[in-house]
Amino acid sequence: MISREEVLHQRTSAYGVRIRPETVTAWSFLLPTVLLLLVLAVYPLIYAFFLSMTDAQVSGPVHFVGVRNFIRLLRTAIFTLTLSNTVWYTLAAVTAKLALGLALALVLAQRAPGMRWIRGAVLIPWVVPTSLAMLAWTWMFDSTYSVINWVLMHVGMINGPIAWLGTPRLARFAVVLVNVWSGLPFFGINFLAGLVTIPQELYEAATVDGAGSLVRFRRVTLPLLRPVLATVLLFSVVMTSSDFATIFVLTKGGPQNTTQILSTLAYKLGLATGDLGNAAAISLYLFPVLAVSTYVQVRLMRRVWQW
Amino acid sequence: MVRSPRRRAAIAYLTAAPFVLFALFPLVWMLMASLKQDVELYDLAQNPFLVRAGITWEHYNFLFTHTAFPLWLRNSMVVASVTTVLSVLLALLAAYALARLRFALAEAATTFVFIVYLVPTTLLFLPLARLMALFHLSNTLWSLIATYPAFMVPFATWMLTAYFTTIPRDVEESALVDGCTRTGALWHVVLPLARPGIITAALFGFTLAYSEFIYALTFISTTSLKTVTTGVVVDLIRGDFFYWGSLMGGALVASLPVVLLFSLFLDHYVAGLTAGAVRG
Repeated sequence: MISREEVLHQRTSAYGVRIRPETVTAWSFLLPTVLLLLVLAVYPLIYAFFLSMTDAQVSGPVHFVGVRNFIRLLRTAIFTLTLSNTVWYTLAAVTAKLALGLALALVLAQRAPGMRWIRGAVLIPWVVPTSLAMLAWTWMFDSTYSVINWVLMHVGMINGPIAWLGTPRLARFAVVLVNVWSGLPFFGINFLAGLVTIPQELYEAATVDGAGSLVRFRRVTLPLLRPVLATVLLFSVVMTSSDFATIFVLTKGGPQNTTQILSTLAYKLGLATGDLGNAAAISLYLFPVLAVSTYVQVRLMRRVWQW
Repeated sequence: MVRSPRRRAAIAYLTAAPFVLFALFPLVWMLMASLKQDVELYDLAQNPFLVRAGITWEHYNFLFTHTAFPLWLRNSMVVASVTTVLSVLLALLAAYALARLRFALAEAATTFVFIVYLVPTTLLFLPLARLMALFHLSNTLWSLIATYPAFMVPFATWMLTAYFTTIPRDVEESALVDGCTRTGALWHVVLPLARPGIITAALFGFTLAYSEFIYALTFISTTSLKTVTTGVVVDLIRGDFFYWGSLMGGALVASLPVVLLFSLFLDHYVAGLTAGAVRG
């Protein structure tokens, strides 16, 4: 049977033009967007690759140096520290968000009056601009006036105030904690959206078969949540490893570069010292993560759209 | 097995409480700091959870009369509004083509938009800064108005494409048969039906643009041209002295527009936040 769509197509292609009018219409609709993205995303990305292979400064002559920047960086102590910081920061924050996000989704899936408002409340950290929220956290971690210290001292867990953002270990813990704070809503709400699509009958059947709640979670919830888990995870790995505002406001990469990550080091080098070649190379060390994540996501997407 | 609804609700509230506390505490703490008098704010002998000396508006007063805060707020509103309108318009056209039309290279176009959506701003701020200098846009609000759509349009296109595919084709096809053009069909038939999707895309775009940090930080150096996110973070801190009261007040007031939108359009935000994952 011929659908109406196809009838329309036959009519439009009956003019004998090689390029179907619909293709012309479509591309004229797409043109502004494609041009915009070519100029403001694709070109800058290519330009970043170009810069990373030069010794470009803010002004002065530019020489091509090939991959020398990338190799020399690997022999620089600050860079290798930054690279490992970025990996650990991403791993720790994403793992924590994953575990807590699942817990949050299960909590939010419960039925009770006013649950809509509870959902709204836990989503607030996503809405508040990160850089501004970080000011509140800086105040909460202040070496003298920290409310966290006050509480810990009053319950007797510490004897005197501790410098959260001035001690390497604690600063690393603090930036991960704060990243979890701002990223948790995204995980929680997406897992919740995934949870509610799981048919209730599956749980009932599992219960009839004698499965306890832990078994139901492992055998029903987790497997059926896998597509959502994968998408959120891939997206979050990119977003967390390229995070900037959290570190920039909280620690500026300190103390002694122990919380320095690729984006903050690139900013420091590019803007403060004007060493654009190395700064571009530093930020491009994020590229493999982006490339792999994008590749997998595009494949996942194609499966859903059945191309 | 069967629990009473009251007990179930009690369990729900108890388990939700730590998450709600974690999420909201920093904001409550901002509010407290912004209303306390300095003598109490910096008194280590005081219980920080109490307000004994009474509240004061002096921090807000300082913020609005002695700093460029009102300008920053205006700049942010202008940039976020203009880029939202622009981005949603561009995304509407693109999404309509991707969702509805059959054309050469349709797959390539969809994949392209999706890939650009994933490129983080931290990878692009350096080359874009040079590009803005080249166009003589550095240190103007135009630099932000020009660059923000690059991350807003892919997202909005993505969301609207998904939304358009949920609208039945029959309606617009009868319009086409009746002699409507594609643009006419889009304008008169599809747009009214897609309103919830458009609102979601606009709210999301506005929130992203309003919260943007690294471009605003890199492109703009003049105090009066800063947006709230960079102005409050960079310019309110003078040397080593932190005006904590005003700083917290500023961060809070600056967050209000998006928090307000969020509380008014909660369901739209939830729909937007889950747009990517639920499909995947």
